[in-house]
Amino acid sequence: MNHAIFERNSIILLIGALIVVSIGGIVEIAPLFYVQSTIEKVQGMRPYSPLELAGRDIYVREGCYNCHSQMIRSLRDEVERYGHYSLAAESMYDYPFQWGSKRTGPDLARVGGKYSDAWHTEHMRDPRSVVPASIMPGYPFLDHTLLDYSNISKRMKALKALGVPYSDEMIASAGKDVVAQVSPDTKDAKALVARYPKAQVRKFDGQPAGENVEPTELDAVIAYLQMLGTLVDFTKFDASGPNLR
Amino acid sequence: MQDVLDERSGLSDSLALISAVIIGAIGLVFALAGEEEILRLQGLIVLAAAAAAGFYVVTHPTNLRQEKRSGYFDGPIRVATIACVFWGIAGFLVGDILAWQLSFPALNLDLPWTNFGRLRPVHTSAVIFAFGGNALIATSLYVVQRTSQARLPGKWAPWFVVWGYQLFIVIAATGYLMGVTQGKEYAEPEWYADILLTVVWVAYLLVFLGTLKDRQEPHIYVANWFFLAFIVTVAMLHIVNNLALPVSFLGTLSYPLFPGVQGAMTQWWYGHNAVGFFLTAGFLGIMYYFIPKRAERPVYSYRLSIVHFWSLIFLYIWAGPHHLHYTALPEWAQTLGMTFSIMLWMPSWGGMINGLMTLSGAWDKLRTDPVIRLLVVSVAFYGMSTFEGPLMSIKEVNSLSHYTDWTIGHVHSGALGWVGMITFGAVYCLVPWLWKRQGLYSMKLVEWHFWLAMIGIVLYISSMWVAGITQGLMWRAYDRLGFLKYSFIETVEAMHWPYVIRAAGGALFLLGGLIMAYNVWRTIRGDQPVDVRDQPAVAAAPELRPGVVAMPAE
Repeated sequence: MNHAIFERNSIILLIGALIVVSIGGIVEIAPLFYVQSTIEKVQGMRPYSPLELAGRDIYVREGCYNCHSQMIRSLRDEVERYGHYSLAAESMYDYPFQWGSKRTGPDLARVGGKYSDAWHTEHMRDPRSVVPASIMPGYPFLDHTLLDYSNISKRMKALKALGVPYSDEMIASAGKDVVAQVSPDTKDAKALVARYPKAQVRKFDGQPAGENVEPTELDAVIAYLQMLGTLVDFTKFDASGPNLR
Repeated sequence: MQDVLDERSGLSDSLALISAVIIGAIGLVFALAGEEEILRLQGLIVLAAAAAAGFYVVTHPTNLRQEKRSGYFDGPIRVATIACVFWGIAGFLVGDILAWQLSFPALNLDLPWTNFGRLRPVHTSAVIFAFGGNALIATSLYVVQRTSQARLPGKWAPWFVVWGYQLFIVIAATGYLMGVTQGKEYAEPEWYADILLTVVWVAYLLVFLGTLKDRQEPHIYVANWFFLAFIVTVAMLHIVNNLALPVSFLGTLSYPLFPGVQGAMTQWWYGHNAVGFFLTAGFLGIMYYFIPKRAERPVYSYRLSIVHFWSLIFLYIWAGPHHLHYTALPEWAQTLGMTFSIMLWMPSWGGMINGLMTLSGAWDKLRTDPVIRLLVVSVAFYGMSTFEGPLMSIKEVNSLSHYTDWTIGHVHSGALGWVGMITFGAVYCLVPWLWKRQGLYSMKLVEWHFWLAMIGIVLYISSMWVAGITQGLMWRAYDRLGFLKYSFIETVEAMHWPYVIRAAGGALFLLGGLIMAYNVWRTIRGDQPVDVRDQPAVAAAPELRPGVVAMPAE
């Protein structure tokens, strides 16, 4: 073919380049939205509770993904170190995904339940007080900052518009649920757990709990970390069988 | 004809003023009604920028007739060149601070805006988009005028491209420090900054295309193919990957359209092609003009240019999934990504050969001209990192290298070696040409810059190879009883000395950059070159003389 067509006409060159660079993306991205087996069918996945969501937004805000992955690869040593390899279903409500690309610190996909709240509180305040060789920055300010959840229902509405199955009831009680998750043994807490199965209710940052205690940013972050990777019931998961849609 | 030009002058001023008013009004709304402090502050910045721009437009009415007679349009290119040097220093500095933080974590200071997590996007955006982006804007607008023998169209659009781009950088960076981020690597700016960049980028495309349209050469020069592909592909990548729903139009937070696995695939389709098109195709455009120009030799092979161009842009776009090997991304996509990444080796080396062989018959200049040495060594680094890349995209290799500092080393052999060195070479060519100086202030300082950067890079990438491979092997090491041999923290401890060596290498690279800034400043100031006799007399492209060459373009 005569290449002069492209060299002598800028618009033809532009269109030619645009067509050539479009193909790869279309072939690799588009099928992920309609090939059913892309996301496994699993038991237990639910949207984040309002407090967990607020914690997740802080995780994103502080750039934790720059050093921590949330994606356990299907390799023997990773499964032994971190737990079952990550499923696509486990991040299907993650806006944005936080798989990460670098492990300056360990993977966090299944960090939930591995350490106590007290450990996390100390670790966030001063990482080297619990892990002497750690190179993580300290986050003492999370503990001193009350969580701003004034727009939490708006955040959930936006996520609902994008496809997260938040019900109207969940959105209506979002603000109440934030407080409920740090107020154990209350009626609101019970209602929260009914809406968000397996949600953990307690004052995460070690401060005393009580009626109408406002959560700190640290409460939200620890609530998020303590639920990471705990939702899917792997006793009922079969990678080769009915779990693949 | 004259009336048309007068009319268009008035139209150009009105459009510029209307744009400034619209942008200023948006800034005002954010400044007054923004829901967060940072958004109100950024609104004020935008308002101030728009007011300054509007004031300048009003006090400097356009006279296109006069403009057209004044030759090439280099004012915006001068600004972008200085911005490239300035942001380069800023980006290298933040990068080296991060490197020291990883060596000595107390340096994080444990404040929100000094912690690693918030500073790292400042570094990556500053070097890729601010340093690299300004280098690309400056060189592409310089090259397209010289190789088309045409002036950039209009008066205000090129200025808008350059200053609008700086505004985007300031908005993005101030946001990062205050925790405003989309949480996607190299795509951290939030929705409103993304919209600003989109508008600037469309203006950039139109200015570039408009210059090509006015060209007096029948053929579009090869460097411009690469620049054009870079501009249009980056537009596509930026728009698709940043599709997001703001929680409030008066707040900073937004959520991306695609979650989980689809989000990951889209992000790395974007992320890898930020490398492929921003840091490769665009900089190949620089290679195709500045190496032949400085060496005063023609490009080695025209045929290779054609094959290299089309195969490079076709193959690169598929390579993204190699960032997601063994993850929850379906295996067919991983395999496609790996396959195309390996194939990508060929066009990459085709380009390298075309650049290096352009030196045929002029290899002695490597010894005598440190500027050409910067340009050529950059192509050698390009060849090295485009060999390493396909190697690391092989799943078995990737299982070791992924998540480790090997990736960081690989990126920096490309970023410091290829992007950095070729930019330095281009800046050293451009500054005397743009400011019409006899030569650079000091060639000896270029020599110093070259060697400092070179030693810095070697320290950087070799320490990261050691760090990455060590960590990868320690993660998968088993003891005799079949248990994992090392806890995670032991692998962190093993990184300490490589991190210190890396930070020292980065400091040398930064020092080289400071020497460049000094040299550029003295040259621009018009100081008499101290060693003009040692400098090759490579003349800038001849000035534009409209009407002399009357060859129709199409």
